[in-house]
Amino acid sequence: MSEQKHSLSIWLFIGSLLLVYGLLILGSGIYVLSHPPEHPLVLAKLNAPIWWGGLLIVLGVTYILIFRPRREK
Amino acid sequence: MTLGSVDLAIIAVYFLYVLGIGYYLKRFSKSGEDFFLAGREMTAWIAGLSFLAANLGSLELMGWAGAAYQYGILAAHWYWVGAIPAMLFLGIVMMPFYYISKTHSVPGYLQLRYGESSRALGAISFGLMTVLMSGINMYAMAKVMGVVLGWDMHFSIWVSSITVAIYVALGGLRSAIFNEVLQFVLIWLGALLIPILGLIEAGGWNGMVNKIQARLHADYTHLWSTMGSFTDNPMGIHWTGIVLGLGWVISFGYWTTDFLVVQRVLAAKDLRSAKLAPIIGSAFKMAVPFIVILPGLLGLALLPADLHITSADIAANTGGHSYDEVLPLMMVRYFGPGLLGLGITALIAGFMSGMAGNVSAFATVWTYDIYRAFMRKNASDDHYVSMGRWCTILGVLVSIGTAYLVMQFKSIMDYVQALFSFFIAPLFGTILLGMLWKRGTRQGGFWGLLAGTLSSIGFFIWVKEVPSALSYIALSTHAKPMAENMYRALWSWCICVVVTVVVSLLTKPKPEAELTGLVYGLTPVPSEGHLPLYKRSIFWAVAVALVFVVLQWIFW
Repeated sequence: MSEQKHSLSIWLFIGSLLLVYGLLILGSGIYVLSHPPEHPLVLAKLNAPIWWGGLLIVLGVTYILIFRPRREK
Repeated sequence: MTLGSVDLAIIAVYFLYVLGIGYYLKRFSKSGEDFFLAGREMTAWIAGLSFLAANLGSLELMGWAGAAYQYGILAAHWYWVGAIPAMLFLGIVMMPFYYISKTHSVPGYLQLRYGESSRALGAISFGLMTVLMSGINMYAMAKVMGVVLGWDMHFSIWVSSITVAIYVALGGLRSAIFNEVLQFVLIWLGALLIPILGLIEAGGWNGMVNKIQARLHADYTHLWSTMGSFTDNPMGIHWTGIVLGLGWVISFGYWTTDFLVVQRVLAAKDLRSAKLAPIIGSAFKMAVPFIVILPGLLGLALLPADLHITSADIAANTGGHSYDEVLPLMMVRYFGPGLLGLGITALIAGFMSGMAGNVSAFATVWTYDIYRAFMRKNASDDHYVSMGRWCTILGVLVSIGTAYLVMQFKSIMDYVQALFSFFIAPLFGTILLGMLWKRGTRQGGFWGLLAGTLSSIGFFIWVKEVPSALSYIALSTHAKPMAENMYRALWSWCICVVVTVVVSLLTKPKPEAELTGLVYGLTPVPSEGHLPLYKRSIFWAVAVALVFVVLQWIFW
């Protein structure tokens, strides 16, 4: 869904940002799991950063693969 | 609340991305059409999402979560009856006229339909409203960041505003739109976890309703059943105020004539995309209460009473939290390192998308409808693009000035909704008659718009000076400020329409040939009849309308 013949798709930017965010959030989630804080958050046992970070990674990779620039034939 | 290094990294990456997108898109914004209308190349999806994102200012996210905490699910009216019918009407009925007339702005349409005087009035009132709104949003954002994160207010205001100024000045509307789509995705991904985790903690919807009922012994979770009387609901409003004031005048005025949002749809690549964009936007708008209203309700059920959440002025004196802080407080409840950075980024993204919408619309209206129309008529396209870039920076600086003004005179915050009734409600009357009634004349349009605007401001001053006048304006002395705004908007719209009709009937109409492309019945609108049913805009409009009706029924 490129907005102009010559410009990269906005979804490619979004995909790469989600991938970066997913890695950061998943990483911090794993760190918190291995070093539990003294005063855990409400519902900390659900490990939200791990599955939310994972979801962002999947979304990011999907967008990058679908909207990556392709050489015109 | 303190942010860790991961959170700060997430926020820093966001700033790098939005600036990078602006820098990258500068090369595609050479002509006036590129800079002010994004080359009219946007797909329906991009135009639709940015149409909605431009509406998501910081007040929209934090303010409405706070309103849900204060008024319960009644706040959802601003997302449903106060948005969906108007957005569908824009897509199906009004968009063809905006798009076919090839206007670059709403004041531009006023000029084509009613002449220069109406355009001047519309452009000046829009410019004034835009910078005021932008400054108020900026102040609200900086204040919450100050209270929740301990950030210096000046730092928040200058860093986020200058970032917006840079990326919009570089890439124009295209950059604003691209970033708005990115911000829209971030807002959702940053805020969506709050209702998910909140519902888990509360034991589902029924668990939440039971907890609210046990705490407050009042009905905060029904949309319509408490609106038979002014005294039966937390907002002090009757259903007529919601349906006629909000659902008709305020909502149709905002969504169909506020250039801040309409500009995004004018950037669509063709008429079908322009019609579909508001319909796509409306489908997402219907879902926004899930990340804004539901967190407010969950806060009502789950946040401890010792947080002392109350109105901003009381909170400032007692050391409690204001309603606007409900969303950040819910974030702190569930979000640890990483997720907190994403949540705060969502709030910043909401602020920046709203501000970019304001400044890009301001730059267009200033350049085309004031500067080119009244100061320098025949300059080159390059000159107007350059003026647009400078105006973007000027718009941001004026907004910053407004934010500092609000800092000095905090009561200005109370007038946010009043601004809409001053400028948007009468404008809707003028545009609607212009599009649907060929007999409307140049003089009728101008005097109707002026009478509607002045009467709205007059009503506002009247109630301020003589509080008992509220029983005439809002039909009840129990009406809260929100209810008063609804009724004031309704009266000013009625006055605008009556004056426009009377003056038009007394003056000479434009020849029909001059109204082609501007007025219903004189404008050939391309048919979508050759398309399969599922590709037609009316099909999706009906689908959205059905979901809207079902939602009203479920939460009645």
